Amino acid sequence: MSETAVVEEKEVKVESNLIPIFIMGKKYMVPDSLTIMKAMEYAGYKFIRGAGCRGGICGACATVYRKPGDYHIRVGLACQTVVEPDMYLTQLPFYPANRATYDWNELKGEAEEVYQAYPELFRCLACNACTKVCPMDVPVMDYIAAVKRGDLEKAAELSFDCIQCGLCATRCMGEMAQYHIAQMVRRIRGKFLTPHTDHIGKQVDAIADGFYEKFMDEVKALGTLDPFDQSNVSEGVAKLKELYKAREGEPHTTDETWRPQSDYALLGE
Amino acid sequence: MQIGYYPGCTLKSKAKNLEIAAIKAMETLGVELVELDRWNCCGAVYSLADDDLVHLLAPVRDLIRARDQGHTKVLALCSMCYNTLARANQVMRDDEEKRDALNRFMEEESDYAGEVEVVHMLNFLRDEIGWDKVKEAVKKPLNMKVAPYYGCTLTRPKSVSIDPAIDPPVFKDLITALGGEVVEYGDSEVCCGSYQIIADAQSAGKTTAVILNSAEKKGAEALALSCPLCEYNLGRKQNLAIEANPALKPLPTYYFTQLMAVAFGLPDDINHFELNMPGTVELLKEKGLLAS
Repeated sequence: MSETAVVEEKEVKVESNLIPIFIMGKKYMVPDSLTIMKAMEYAGYKFIRGAGCRGGICGACATVYRKPGDYHIRVGLACQTVVEPDMYLTQLPFYPANRATYDWNELKGEAEEVYQAYPELFRCLACNACTKVCPMDVPVMDYIAAVKRGDLEKAAELSFDCIQCGLCATRCMGEMAQYHIAQMVRRIRGKFLTPHTDHIGKQVDAIADGFYEKFMDEVKALGTLDPFDQSNVSEGVAKLKELYKAREGEPHTTDETWRPQSDYALLGE
Repeated sequence: MQIGYYPGCTLKSKAKNLEIAAIKAMETLGVELVELDRWNCCGAVYSLADDDLVHLLAPVRDLIRARDQGHTKVLALCSMCYNTLARANQVMRDDEEKRDALNRFMEEESDYAGEVEVVHMLNFLRDEIGWDKVKEAVKKPLNMKVAPYYGCTLTRPKSVSIDPAIDPPVFKDLITALGGEVVEYGDSEVCCGSYQIIADAQSAGKTTAVILNSAEKKGAEALALSCPLCEYNLGRKQNLAIEANPALKPLPTYYFTQLMAVAFGLPDDINHFELNMPGTVELLKEKGLLAS
């Protein structure tokens, strides 16, 4: 077991210059090292929506901006994009995007079902505005093209990085909500197109049948799990360590024929 | 020999029987159809509005993909895809103003000026393979009377026509090379009704009844097609024609690529006859043309 050492805390000063940005048309001076989200908070905004994971995954903070002298519409996730001088920005408000209702248990996993749920996908003219506006670089137009020709596997693969921010839907001249279509396609892939495995079902059954409960009982019997009774903690911890050390693990050098010998063995082997 | 290949959406689903037979038949002739690794729907119908640039985006994008993948030619199997791609290509070649606007709009792509040549498989067979070579590959001559059906988009407008618009020989030459007997009839270029079938199925049935009647009167045992929409109207929806004219007999329809595969003696399953109208397999069986 590794030892931990206390490190003296030091104050780290980050040098940053103030730069002008324009949030919904109003100028603010903000430190140039901040993301758009931090800069908006610095400027006094408080997010009650449009902020989620702050890690570039949830897709809640899609932001549109332009820079002087450049006609392009630029986009980014507010939590990931660092501010630039003179950017004019606004965070995407709620943007309506209809999601089709379908009975999941009735689906057969065919392209026709996607067409029925989202007939508007045939309004795609390949303008590619969706791809250009995607902050995740998903080839949106290409996955819609794949859906149109019934290649759901390809569409699911191409749309895999989608975080459902909805920017594509804001720019579509065919007025579709591409990301909802892609989600239906990926669900179909999950249920119908990817090969099913037997062992997961066996494991689920084993859990339901209580196969793993005896291991939990073993741990409980160590007497360390009652947070209000700390009398025999050290004894329990010692036992737990012993159990942990004695556990059977796959040796570092072995091949695929290795199987565990203890009753911790995986089911279905 | 390799050639860039643009399939089109329908050939990946409802008209697999057009595509798979083509790939295998071309293989027999020593040609590999190299599918573009990235493509989108061509739009299927070429917009006739002169200032309608937005409908050119889709076909031009496909042509750009073909060029960017190093192809000098791109082959289409579907008549409508051929027509749409070829006409869009002409705009990019000939109309400087529209070319400039489209290239500016598609700034994420490299500029395009019609560098790729669009061909249909029929004129590719005629010009690059030759009927003699097709003839050599025949193992089971088509011992039946086949009426070729061009529809509208292979020969119109003149600027993209794969053959003279009046009495075009290319389709007939193919049937002859495959050992079939060509049925000459007057309506091989009459429109099948196209998308009208969605809006008014009965009137589409009346249109196809005229074509089928004309071919049957001249003794046709089968109709050869090159377009999934024509096939839908004349084949799978033939019942509408028979409703319009009860004197008609069912006339089996085949894609020309299926007839090639049959004549070349390729395995039956590649023809996916289950996607054709009923009666197609039966006729081939009767003629002793099935491989197994």
